[in-house]
Amino acid sequence: MTVSELDKGRGLNVEENLLFEKGTNGACGVDLPEPKNTPLRTGFAARDYVGLPEVSEPQVMRHFVRLSKLNYAIDSGLYPLGSCTMKHNPRLNEKVSRLPGFAGIHPLQPEGTIQGALEVIYTVQQWLAKLSGLPHVTLNPAAGAHGEFAGIMVIHRAHEAKGKVRKTVLIPDSAHGTNPATAAACGYETKTIPSTKDGTVDVDAFKSMLNDDVAALMLTNPNTCGLFEPRVKEIADVLHKAGAYFYCDGANFNALVGRIRPADFGVDVMHFNLHKTFSTPHGGGGPGCGPIAVSAELAPYLPVPKIVKEKDAYKLVTEDKDSIGRLKGFNGQFGMAVRALAYMMSHGSDGLRQVAEDAVLNANYILSQLRDQYHVPFPGHCMHECLLTDKLQKDKGVTTNDIAKTLIEYGIHPMTVYFPLVVQGAMLIEPTETETKASLDHFIAVMKMIAEQTIAGNSAALQNNPVSSPRRRLDEVQAARNPVLKWTAKDTAA
Amino acid sequence: MRYLPLTPRDRTEMLKSIGVKAVDDLYVSVPKEAKLSALIDLPAHQGEIEVEKALTLMAQKNHPAANGPFFLGAGCYNHHIPATVDHLIQRSEFLTSYTPYQPEISQGTLTAIFEFQTIIANLTGMDIANASMYDGATATAEAALMAKRVTGRANIHIHGALHPQYREVIETYIRNYSDVSVKTSAPDANAACVIVQTPDFHGEPQALAALRKQCDESGALLVVVVNEILSLGLLPAPVEADIVAGEAQSIGVPMSFGGPHLGFFACRKQYLRQMPGRLCGETVDKDGRRSFVLTLSTREQHIRREKATSNICTNQGLFALAFTIHMSLLGEIGFKKLARLNHERACLLADRLSKVKNIKLPNKSFFNEFVVELPVSAAQTVKELAAKGIIAGYPLAGNKLLVAATEMTSEADIEVLAGALEKLSATARTKEVA
Repeated sequence: MTVSELDKGRGLNVEENLLFEKGTNGACGVDLPEPKNTPLRTGFAARDYVGLPEVSEPQVMRHFVRLSKLNYAIDSGLYPLGSCTMKHNPRLNEKVSRLPGFAGIHPLQPEGTIQGALEVIYTVQQWLAKLSGLPHVTLNPAAGAHGEFAGIMVIHRAHEAKGKVRKTVLIPDSAHGTNPATAAACGYETKTIPSTKDGTVDVDAFKSMLNDDVAALMLTNPNTCGLFEPRVKEIADVLHKAGAYFYCDGANFNALVGRIRPADFGVDVMHFNLHKTFSTPHGGGGPGCGPIAVSAELAPYLPVPKIVKEKDAYKLVTEDKDSIGRLKGFNGQFGMAVRALAYMMSHGSDGLRQVAEDAVLNANYILSQLRDQYHVPFPGHCMHECLLTDKLQKDKGVTTNDIAKTLIEYGIHPMTVYFPLVVQGAMLIEPTETETKASLDHFIAVMKMIAEQTIAGNSAALQNNPVSSPRRRLDEVQAARNPVLKWTAKDTAA
Repeated sequence: MRYLPLTPRDRTEMLKSIGVKAVDDLYVSVPKEAKLSALIDLPAHQGEIEVEKALTLMAQKNHPAANGPFFLGAGCYNHHIPATVDHLIQRSEFLTSYTPYQPEISQGTLTAIFEFQTIIANLTGMDIANASMYDGATATAEAALMAKRVTGRANIHIHGALHPQYREVIETYIRNYSDVSVKTSAPDANAACVIVQTPDFHGEPQALAALRKQCDESGALLVVVVNEILSLGLLPAPVEADIVAGEAQSIGVPMSFGGPHLGFFACRKQYLRQMPGRLCGETVDKDGRRSFVLTLSTREQHIRREKATSNICTNQGLFALAFTIHMSLLGEIGFKKLARLNHERACLLADRLSKVKNIKLPNKSFFNEFVVELPVSAAQTVKELAAKGIIAGYPLAGNKLLVAATEMTSEADIEVLAGALEKLSATARTKEVA
């Protein structure tokens, strides 16, 4: 059902059809020189129909501005998605990334014409090396999952060089789904380490699973329950003794940056999400950037291109027999590196440390204020995100999903829900350091109100939320059962 | 620090509410040896003025395309981006939102993804397209892996001139599968797919009918790679393909030293459940209103974990939006016109270069890029011309130079390149005579 001519929204709430439904009336949103229609040298007749809308520039502007109004964003309010680090995205970063000397250069230009770009990459590598304590860094991976892929490939290559390719990667049950998917993509079998009742790795189970066929452990630290693994050093030591490597998923690096270096707790390889810790915008689903840092032992296996500094000039090394090879076309997500560098330079060593401290403080403040209303599955303080569940509400028929949808009704983006999988009805809340105390207090007040409403027996209202958002709850079953993945003229007619 | 809103007083109050004396008390589970007492040896924080100055200085050490004649392509093209595109993608609501996991408050992003999928499907002549991949090279590697899953066969056959970096990425992606190898022969009973790029790395558009027949006979999938997506405004849609993967940077995405770019992935609908990446589908909400939502996620890592079709999570969302906006501006008329203009500029370039003595143009056909055979080393030529402010193209082996023209290439630019090559050619002849 599309929008009728009479109902394109009320007040500032908009309804918007697809651009394809605006008709094909011969309009065009660009003015280009008229082609001369000289004979073609393509070897083919010209294509006569593509299937695109025909609209002018004002129509395009209005369409996408109207669509934008249907989105929640970090710039409009708290976005406490656990493990996603939705922090403020400074516009200075955007501005510098658009300088012609960065946005307008081609990756295959002669080295003499791109020294500034290589300097950016080299400088970001140095910052990440210092912050992680791991001396060698590549910015080639396109996103966190791609960084995981690079890291596990590097580990595979290292075992290969030692003469024995191992077959297994150990992953805790609380891990992000990308971890087992990555290990499988790299040709490994995965084995799942259980968590203890405290929400951390069961170290005894881990030790019993360790043997000379284990290539690596992939561990997120702080873990996805929002806890720093207290026995991480011991884990690293026994892992190394068994000849395996420690891969750290750096999705939660915001709790540590400037304060704790993963190398100091035994990490051999880690990835960073520049789109989390270092504030490059999420953009509704990317682009990300997932650099990895490795120990000196693993450095030879890093992907190409590698950047080296010789006297005053930077060089790109594209061939290297030890390397795992090329991960991606050209030189990684360079534009994201520019943005991250602006962020790092703005904060400096002192500011980054404050980032971690404020992020941890904010999460603990929320935890301390909601302890009485919500079930807290694990004891003690949390790191930069806190974990609650719906255990106290579920009996009254209010689930994590209802709590999330009620937050939407009250103008707040929900936390991460039903993750980690090790906790039933999980709500993982990561406020980040860029929230004011007032913003946290507002969130706390809404969460308390939801708990009170549940006790008061108003479950039905909560189950009905949201009602004021651009859409109410969606029929996701229909979407999957009968997939409609593109617009066709027929759909509109029906 | 301008990005950190907590005041010292806030911090004191909050610590008190939590019941601890200092932030360090919250880091109790961190082993002592892992806690740094001093600051890391990196520069201290700086104001906006200082940071902007420092980065501007770095940018000024580069030579952007706008500074002079520019003929480099090879999988990344210098096209114009309308001002509207960059304005719209900087709207907070698009720029600073997450992957649309909460569809009730993400219909803007979801609708745009649905439009993106529709445009990619229409351009490629495929039934379905996903919400984007990192870039053309990784999209191609994912296509190879998907063909392996669909057919249960091992080998990846590459036909003709595939972008060398795409091949390298395929080799990285399969390096841990001992049973898989990359071949250049015709497909046989163990072939998962044939990969063919059109226009190929040398700019030559490819006929696909014969390859389709080979694939039908051997049972392999046909993977067509397009890394100049604008070519689909003039060349026929690759409807013979099972999968079309490639790079859409040409529309709406700056070159930005090679990334972020925009990979795309389209295929026939019978392979839907083996596709990598995110998909957005149509449905209704509780009030029966048309709505969009991420769907079929049972293929994906967050549900299927080690059995997922790919480990991809974050993709190139914002640039899929940029592409969709730019394609909307161009529309049916503008897109085809822009493709034709590119071809005509390339024809002008070819005509002018063919008048330079001792230069040969071996291409039988081309879209906006072709090979030039110089009388001298191409690598040396590129270096020498760069010193004169001309970015001449991509040096292939020996004397071969790959040059591209776009709507940004002026007749004056072409004249400058031709003049410079004439001089080089003359110098080379003088040397030969001597």
